[in-house]
Amino acid sequence: MSGSATRETDIVVIGGGPGGYPAAFDAADKGFKVIMVNDDVAPGGVCLNRGCIPSKALLHVAKLINETKESSDWGISFQKPDIDIDKLRDFKNKVVTQLTGGITQLAGARHVEVLKGFGRFHDSQTVEVTKADGSKENIKFKYAIVATGSSPAVPPVFDLDDPRIMDSTGALELPEIPAKLLVVGGGYIGLEMGSVYAALGSQVTVVEMTDGLLPGADRDLVRPLQKRLKESFAAIHLNTKVEKLTPDSRGIIANLSGEGVEPQQTFDRVLISIGRRPNNKGLGLENTKLELDERGFIKHDSHQRTAESHIFAIGDIAGEPMLAHKATREAKVAIETIAGEPAEFDNIAIPAVVFTDPEIAWCGITEQQAKDQKLDVEITRFPWAASGRAQTLARTEGLTKMIFEKKTGRVLGVGIVGPGAGELIAEGVIAVEMAAVAEDVAASIHAHPTLSETMMEAAEIFHGQATHMYKPKRNK
Amino acid sequence: MATEFKLPEVSEGVESADVGQIAVAVGDAVEQGQVLMDIETDKAVVQLESPYSGTIAALNVSEGDSIPIGTVLLTIEESNGAPAEAPAAEKKPEPDEPKEAEPAEAEPEAVPEPKAETKEETSPTTAPAPSASKAAPAAKDSSNNAPVPAGPATRRLARKLGVDLKLVNGSGPGARVTQEDVENYVKNLITGGSTSGGGGGGITVPPLPDFTQFGEVERQKMKKLARVSANNLSLSWQIIPHVTQHDLADITDLETARKLFISKPNYSGPKVTMTALAMKAVAIVLHEFPAFNSSFDPQTEEIVLKKYINIGVAVDTENGLVVPVVKNVDKKNIIAIAQEMNVLAVKARDRKLEMSDMQGGTFTITNLGGLGGTSFTPIVNYPEVAILGMSRSRNEFQLVNNNPVSRLMLPLSLSYDHRVINGADAARFIVRISSLLSDPFNLLVDC
Repeated sequence: MSGSATRETDIVVIGGGPGGYPAAFDAADKGFKVIMVNDDVAPGGVCLNRGCIPSKALLHVAKLINETKESSDWGISFQKPDIDIDKLRDFKNKVVTQLTGGITQLAGARHVEVLKGFGRFHDSQTVEVTKADGSKENIKFKYAIVATGSSPAVPPVFDLDDPRIMDSTGALELPEIPAKLLVVGGGYIGLEMGSVYAALGSQVTVVEMTDGLLPGADRDLVRPLQKRLKESFAAIHLNTKVEKLTPDSRGIIANLSGEGVEPQQTFDRVLISIGRRPNNKGLGLENTKLELDERGFIKHDSHQRTAESHIFAIGDIAGEPMLAHKATREAKVAIETIAGEPAEFDNIAIPAVVFTDPEIAWCGITEQQAKDQKLDVEITRFPWAASGRAQTLARTEGLTKMIFEKKTGRVLGVGIVGPGAGELIAEGVIAVEMAAVAEDVAASIHAHPTLSETMMEAAEIFHGQATHMYKPKRNK
Repeated sequence: MATEFKLPEVSEGVESADVGQIAVAVGDAVEQGQVLMDIETDKAVVQLESPYSGTIAALNVSEGDSIPIGTVLLTIEESNGAPAEAPAAEKKPEPDEPKEAEPAEAEPEAVPEPKAETKEETSPTTAPAPSASKAAPAAKDSSNNAPVPAGPATRRLARKLGVDLKLVNGSGPGARVTQEDVENYVKNLITGGSTSGGGGGGITVPPLPDFTQFGEVERQKMKKLARVSANNLSLSWQIIPHVTQHDLADITDLETARKLFISKPNYSGPKVTMTALAMKAVAIVLHEFPAFNSSFDPQTEEIVLKKYINIGVAVDTENGLVVPVVKNVDKKNIIAIAQEMNVLAVKARDRKLEMSDMQGGTFTITNLGGLGGTSFTPIVNYPEVAILGMSRSRNEFQLVNNNPVSRLMLPLSLSYDHRVINGADAARFIVRISSLLSDPFNLLVDC
């Protein structure tokens, strides 16, 4: 610590993502002196810089391209699109710059000091910040928030230092449009990025180790997506493993093992999207009492407090699900706890959204979880074929399903597949979080004609029939 | 042919049962042997099967209803074995999750209806909606691990007040706990509702059912006086662990003396009542048992012993119950007590009692003897700790020297706050009152 300056602050936040910056802002709003330590190019974390936001900009474009193809069925034909990848990249980058600039502005307005550098615990009262120029600064804090996030996981066997083998960050940089792209991992990142590249013209092959895409999601929600992806992707190989990747002058040779799968295929590029790992390295946790669990997440209580009661962990570093909106809520819990308010992360519904086309979204318990936990539930399904709005969009493959506690009609979970599912799930979150019962949703007026009516009708089914669906009674 | 299906005797000795899940709705085709609904008794859950094939013409019960044996559950339009809606009956149940990754062209399991053609004959509007208020209590003991039904703001309030939401009965649908429920729960705790063991503590009053479904009703505003006593009585009942001790006082001689006294031709004083005599007796015994003339301070855990004896007497008026108080009863003779009591009773009837006339009581007497009854359990007039009830005296055979002798017996009922008074003292207290009333000379001597 010799030679380095020491400053004091109420709260130091390590990380500037969707956990870190809301924590810093909240703390400043409550009158704390805050320093936010961020080593990323700009505040906003993975989410803004190379995650949620840029991928959504690209997915929006992908959807547009796909719709120009579909519209020929409705009598409107477009020519094959002329894709200027540099301009597309600029659009994406502009969106990112716009938003990260906004964060910087908001930080300034709140007098949150954004300190660029890498934060590391020197002891349980001091964070040592190493700046880009190598200089160091020590910050003595009363409270610390660890919000260091996560990074794409790339197993050593795939870590071959070849730019054609990309993680999500690399894929979002849009280096080129490969003729053939291999996506390793059928989770949401792989499917979203695969969709983008497929729309741009790549032949996309997805390889997933388990027996289904999007593990964790209910199968009936995945089905319509899978059906559509089968058309836009060159191949989806389930129960298949990528044994080896070999860079070659012609491309990346992939050794695949799976039933009926050609064992050796060559791709122009490979996207590794098998999961994310918490950023727990180099944080100096050994200088504190903070503990990691077996998966590398920082252990904490329901107030986000770690083993040191004045140090909090939020966001991806604090555990699954690694989602931006979970991080933001945890940020508020942590700051409110510091402020002595009765806060607790007791949320029941954390929505999960897959921004493919169709989108898949769910919250609360899934059907599978209900089954595993042997809950006494009633599940209703309203197919979008019966929705007027879905018909006008020519997107009738969607489904809205609700999971109710049988005895009370309480909404325990909601699952939606279809265009706009990510927006629609908000109502499900409110219903689950507020412990709404079927009647609450069914008797609330939903605008017509909108897709939101499907939720109302799914709730109606709990008490008998939905207006736009007749379901003969089953013998129970 | 329509046939009514009544709740059979589902289990021996069971007179009523609760309707569990109903598996059918009006318009449904059912086959003989098909399960219609679950019936829950305190012993078991029984699945009721349809005795006939036909169509459900009417459904008279809802899930959660508690009904006696013999209640008409539903009416079945018989169809001689053939289901009325063959397609409905043949419709296969939903397939289970297909294991293969690619499903067959998944048609929606149900037939969507275009918006314009929704006039479906079998309207679902008659389908029974489970009554939320009835389902509510059941939800508490359902042993699933769903979180307590309460919104984030309610949960936050509970944390702030240190309330375990699992212990709060939700008044909303699906037993949802509202912020008000949490506040009421805390109020109940503070007033000792659920910790004192008094009647009905910690319970959120559920909303009343709609009585008009059973017949005509009229709603009357409670008078102010009645509302005040209702509040006081519930307060007392919730806070005080009540015990009532009964005894019979032989008032043959006292009553003879009383009658003789007031019927003397030259007597011009107030009417000396049995109540006035009892007040005197109570005043004497309160001196001997000061704990009965006290109040309990739970905050400091102290007994507040009062060095004055002010006895309230419950007076029934057209407008409701009032309790005027005669002050310093121990320092007044029976004539003075009777005189004062008469004045207070008139004032009570004329609604002329002042607040000061009703304050400062240390003990209460309530005499229903003029109306009848053999005994009752009066509610202690909080913050006092005991109350003496008097019922109608009557002639009874008592064994005197092994001979049955007709004696006039006055039933006494002493309710007391068991936190302050133990049972043995209560027994001593009431026996002492009885003995004073039994022997006029005693009353005289101890005056």
